[in-house]
Amino acid sequence: MKILVVDDEKDVQVLFEQRFRKEIRNKEMEFAFAYSGEDALKYLGDLSHEAVLILSDINMPGMSGLELLRHIKEKHKEPPPLVMMITAYGDADNYNTAMKLGADDFLTKPLEFSLLKEKLKAIH
Amino acid sequence: MSPQLQTISDLIKNSSGISDAEKESLIKVIKEADKNQSMIQFKLERIEKDRNTLSIMLQESIEDLQKKSLVIEDANKALTQTLEELKTTQVQLIQSEKMASLGELTAGIAHEIQNPLNFVNNFSEVSNELLDEMTEQLEKGNANEAKAIANEVKMSLEKINLHGKRADGIVKSMLQHSRTSNNKKEPTDINVLADEYLRLAYHGLRAKDKSFNAALKTDYDENIGLIKVISQDIGRVILNLITNAFYAVMEKKKLHPQGYEPTVTVSTKKIDNKIIVNVKDNGTGIPQKALDKIFQPFFTTKPTGQGTGLGLSLSYDIVTKGHGGELKVETKEGEYTAFSVILPV
Repeated sequence: MKILVVDDEKDVQVLFEQRFRKEIRNKEMEFAFAYSGEDALKYLGDLSHEAVLILSDINMPGMSGLELLRHIKEKHKEPPPLVMMITAYGDADNYNTAMKLGADDFLTKPLEFSLLKEKLKAIH
Repeated sequence: MSPQLQTISDLIKNSSGISDAEKESLIKVIKEADKNQSMIQFKLERIEKDRNTLSIMLQESIEDLQKKSLVIEDANKALTQTLEELKTTQVQLIQSEKMASLGELTAGIAHEIQNPLNFVNNFSEVSNELLDEMTEQLEKGNANEAKAIANEVKMSLEKINLHGKRADGIVKSMLQHSRTSNNKKEPTDINVLADEYLRLAYHGLRAKDKSFNAALKTDYDENIGLIKVISQDIGRVILNLITNAFYAVMEKKKLHPQGYEPTVTVSTKKIDNKIIVNVKDNGTGIPQKALDKIFQPFFTTKPTGQGTGLGLSLSYDIVTKGHGGELKVETKEGEYTAFSVILPV
């Protein structure tokens, strides 16, 4: 399964590569990283990429995670990729907006990787 | 006639050794003398009266002056008290301006701390797992594999350290911001300071207003090194300029919801013996009529309750009086505003 992680925090890549090292090594999961909503859209616009699961931060400079979510759900309809939102603000407003825009899940920072792993494996 | 002159006059009249003509002449002189004496007496009395009047008037004037002096003294006391009250109010206003901007930062601070915490928590868990794997490999006798894992543990620990320091820096800067300035210039990395406040202000605003977003651009001159400034004061100036920039792009976005990309750029540059911190936005710009007043205390274009009108005036004082620098503005209405903090080094 190919997973696109979108976060303006660059160390997120190192963290994911560490936390999912076994899954990456066993080729159960493959990760790609984008550091902004705009970069993520560019990545998704490239047709050579397979349908992916997207894990996106909400608060990013430029295009926010929620705007990215809206773009993805509007433009990539057949079939729409799954989008999980991750944010440092677990407040009701963000949650409700994300759900209204069609988010498939909502996680808060600090991330519980064991929980995330379970969720990813369930999808897989 | 006075009794003495009357006696002399009687003596002359009754004298037998003097002729009548001489008597008459002498009595005439005596009458003349009497007349003169009466006149002098009258004048003396008048002078005495005048003197008394003057003395009374003088006394009254002195009393009047004393009363006035008391009134002035009272007014002076009242003025001194008012001045003291004004000074206290000024200190309170500065403090409330600081706390207001700190309030704007609070949500940003929460966000900025959650991010490093996320790394600290997760990298420490990773380190634990890696150590278990390393033990496993050592038990199997795979020394090379164990070494490779040890390197990964090292990297994780470095990340924990890095993000721990990052959280520490955020808390420290927040405390510094709320504390009264100690007016001590300390070696400061102006790039780190500017970037920290840029992120805090950005996340603070995002937390307050979910519809807000802006592209952040930075261009820091890496050759600046450490410069001696009162870091919490310069931090406040930078924060003020950045929050104003965000406000300007938000206002423009309200006017042009489509096709406008709000952008705030923060840059630093060392030119000769000067450091320039530039905060530029592509927002509403400042109208010419407001431009002359922006550094005046209490001047604000924000709606009531949204701005104290002290941000720029305090910033101006911090830069000019506190650091011997300059605070300059360039703007075009409807297009952009760029503030430059110029600090001598």
